[in-house]
Amino acid sequence: MTDSTRAVTHDYIPGFYIGDRPQVVTSRFEYEDSYTLERFLATDGYKGLEKCLAGTPAQMHEEVKVSTVLGRGGAGFPAGVKWGFTPAGVWPRYLVVNGDESEPGTYKDRLLMERDPHQLIEGCLIACYAAGLSQCFLYVRGEMALAQERIATALNEAYAAGYVGTNILGTDFSVDIVLHWGAGAYVVGEETALIESLEGERGMPRLKPPFFPAAVGLYGKPTIVNNVETLANLPFVALNGSVAYTAIGTATSPGTRMVAVSGHVKRPGVFEIVNGSTTFRDIIYGEEFSQGIRDDNDLKAFVPGGGSAPWFLPDQLDVPFEGREAGTAGSMLGSGAVMVMDSTTDIPAAALTLTKFYAHESCGKCTPCREGGTWLMRLLERVVAGHGTDADLAQMLEVGQTICPGEMPHASSERLGLEAVPFPYKMTTICFVGPSAWAPLHSALTLFPEEFAARVTPAPKRISIPVTALAAAGADQ
Amino acid sequence: MSRLSDHNVVIAREIIARYPKPKSALIPLVHLSQEQNGYVTTEAMKHIAELIGVTPAEVYGTATFYEMFKFEPVGKYVVNVCGTMSCALLGAGELLHHAEEKLGVKAGGTTDDGLITLMPAECQAACTEAPCLQVNYRFRYRMTTSDLDALIDDLRAGRLDGEIPPHGTLGRTRQTIPDDRAVGAVHPDDVTTGPAWIPMEQDR
Repeated sequence: MTDSTRAVTHDYIPGFYIGDRPQVVTSRFEYEDSYTLERFLATDGYKGLEKCLAGTPAQMHEEVKVSTVLGRGGAGFPAGVKWGFTPAGVWPRYLVVNGDESEPGTYKDRLLMERDPHQLIEGCLIACYAAGLSQCFLYVRGEMALAQERIATALNEAYAAGYVGTNILGTDFSVDIVLHWGAGAYVVGEETALIESLEGERGMPRLKPPFFPAAVGLYGKPTIVNNVETLANLPFVALNGSVAYTAIGTATSPGTRMVAVSGHVKRPGVFEIVNGSTTFRDIIYGEEFSQGIRDDNDLKAFVPGGGSAPWFLPDQLDVPFEGREAGTAGSMLGSGAVMVMDSTTDIPAAALTLTKFYAHESCGKCTPCREGGTWLMRLLERVVAGHGTDADLAQMLEVGQTICPGEMPHASSERLGLEAVPFPYKMTTICFVGPSAWAPLHSALTLFPEEFAARVTPAPKRISIPVTALAAAGADQ
Repeated sequence: MSRLSDHNVVIAREIIARYPKPKSALIPLVHLSQEQNGYVTTEAMKHIAELIGVTPAEVYGTATFYEMFKFEPVGKYVVNVCGTMSCALLGAGELLHHAEEKLGVKAGGTTDDGLITLMPAECQAACTEAPCLQVNYRFRYRMTTSDLDALIDDLRAGRLDGEIPPHGTLGRTRQTIPDDRAVGAVHPDDVTTGPAWIPMEQDR
């Protein structure tokens, strides 16, 4: 259908490349008017919903379960299983759509909302039908003005055409979709913080367990929180069935993934890749993907799954883009964001950009993240500025231990003779912002110790008399 | 006049009606007030508190958590220069420094003519298009220092007035739910049975 190196060059979606691969969620991106109802209807739009409504909700739920549609927000939990966690007999149930994309490196949900809002709306409707969800709130990140405009227009069109609202397509299925937007807070991407924010509160995560949103969520009622990309997969599943869906990708990771590759590559871009089987080498060096490192430099390190993920080295290039394999190798796929650093990169300075981000975005609820994140930033700022000592490096490790006690996951390194420590980490905070504040710096310290050692001076020896010695001296007198 | 205008009160009531609980409309209404005044005024927060039935302190408490709400007047254009990893790797630091020199203000400051506020920003979800920035939350991709000069000249000359609305306006299209199609807010305490399309036996 397409030339494998062709970019869609409408100036409002720069950097998206189609390629000669299966398309589950980006099939309309090549059309300039992909966001209109007209184009949507001309390209099988709302056909999946029609098919879904012709069957029972239980049938649709089963289809999603069998398809193993994994959550695309970061945790990678199967959507069909999540829907099943709502307690029996407790009504109403709500759907909250997580469109608060703000993980460093991630650029996919915005594209899906801007380029194909009707596909997302169709996905929401399918989820509501299958899981018995009575009202849907579509939470879009505040900073995404165009996405808000496109979704508002699409919803207005869909209401007028009878796809959303009362008695959808003449059936007894009735649901409102309410467009809601945030106001700038990274932590609101965490599902319980998202619910707090939707209730008009500060976006601070709720303690869980015991109560996950599927049991106690919005207004204390069962609530399903799904990511935009996850829901955008549903029209394909509804229309083509689980067999067609699982034919793409691998058994544990079926379908496709949206991956954004940024940083020091020749062709940064967003690609819909085949899930599970595509390797990081393909993504970074492949001719149909990012085509290698800029200026043909050597690869130094890369972030495999968004700012929160421990870093990978060239040693891990042949790891496939698959959740379990990435976990065994010491990191995670997160939200599908690869950030590439070439040989010219100043590693402590690069780590600082992320440490700053997490220090800034801590909501302040848990002490290890609120205080620890800020301390890590201050220590690292001092080291990067050239005023640090080796005591600062030791202090970083100590602060890191208060956020993630025990062994921290990291990649293996042949150069350093390091074995991988697999994912996940232990944490002392309610949500993942805490570990995320430590993970990038921990990776940098572990995988590039020489760059930090070269930046610091030995700490001045303190003249100190142990308290016990003083006490002993006092006793003598 | 910094309470919500009569016109905006009508919009506010429509928004409130969509939610099972009025407080959920807090953030959308604070956005509405920022759209009206360019920033969030104390009077507007009091007015919003009246509309959703909470105390002004609760409105203030929630609103101040969020980055996008400004409680002091800002420029007509707020320029957010991203500084997180992907952008930083490709020269965001120089870009911000250049912007400071060009505008004659430090990051966080507003030009003397009140036209432009320069802000350092965190990841804006355009990482493949680094370095990027936003003007009133409208994107500019792969910015060079000369692109930035041209952008600032265009803003000063009013050449982008049609494309970029003044600070506070986000999506220019509002959602409107027609009365004859609306299901209405599903209140958590009023609904005790499953929805019409879920057969009783399916409830596990």
